[in-house]
Amino acid sequence: MTAGTEAPAIGLTHMSSEDTGLGHRGPESKSIVVPYGFWLFVLSDMVLFSALFASYATLVHATDGGPATSQLFHRDLVAVETIALLLSSFVCGLAMITAKRGNMMWTQAWLVLTGLFGLVFLSIELYEFASMVAEGAPPQRSAFLSAFFTLVGCHGAHVTCGLLWLGTMMAQIWTKGFKQHILRRLLCFSIFWHALDIIWVAIFTIVYLIGTLP
Amino acid sequence: MTEHDPEKLNVAPGAPHSNLLSETVAYVIGLGLALLLTGISFWVASTTSLWGPGIATGLVVLAIAQMGVHLVFFLHITSGPDNTNNVLALAFGVLIVFLVMIGTIWIMAHMNANMGAPSEMMNLQMQH
Repeated sequence: MTAGTEAPAIGLTHMSSEDTGLGHRGPESKSIVVPYGFWLFVLSDMVLFSALFASYATLVHATDGGPATSQLFHRDLVAVETIALLLSSFVCGLAMITAKRGNMMWTQAWLVLTGLFGLVFLSIELYEFASMVAEGAPPQRSAFLSAFFTLVGCHGAHVTCGLLWLGTMMAQIWTKGFKQHILRRLLCFSIFWHALDIIWVAIFTIVYLIGTLP
Repeated sequence: MTEHDPEKLNVAPGAPHSNLLSETVAYVIGLGLALLLTGISFWVASTTSLWGPGIATGLVVLAIAQMGVHLVFFLHITSGPDNTNNVLALAFGVLIVFLVMIGTIWIMAHMNANMGAPSEMMNLQMQH
């Protein structure tokens, strides 16, 4: 994960008097540019979620006589989900540390654990959705429930995609080894996975905790 | 061991630190702080010993603090010069997120209040 070892350049810190700050050295190496581009995507994904949060906050009281937040949500389930996703994020970081040092066995072990915690999170979420639909609170019941399923379901869809990506990365590391471009993809995956946990912090606070205040 | 190699002008977002102990410690500290803040959030939401109307605001503050913990200890966003590009992108993202959320909630709350009761609308139409 190291940058090119060429002369230091690029404007913001003036180390060399020859440096014009105009990028005469050319662009950064791929190991910087690719994760940076992915970082921009993740931030735009957060903008997408902010729109879903805004519509949820606008529609949360539009229950149309149907079930409201405090009747539907179970805090103990949400606590388990939160801890599962946090541990998944943490273990993903440990996998990054071992991957950088080329340790195949530990990297695969940490990645398996990352996926298992992700699966725990996802199955609890699907169980919650299924029991809500069974209780007569499907997405089409009220504007509040449409907004809820869109927001939380969009996060769940991201987690599902992340798990598929995780499986792909494990297979690629296994067959191709710790090559530069594989490590780059793994770094992008870890950015994605940590970002999903950040969005979950907003969801469990705004939707579940504030929604079940007495 | 210095954290920032002076030869390196930019660092990729999420790239772990350069030393095994310090990077593992960073993740462990991050996990500890995140668990602590999560625990406080769930406690604040269920206790009755705090001032009720302030609890929602307090929960939002705790959530923002936990997002900061994730950014610093898991995504390794720092204030160092090699992180300037990452921080600027993040700042722009946060600006748009706040504009969208606060703008929508503010405008929609006012529109909802200005809609008035349906009966008044009916009366206005009846007068024509």
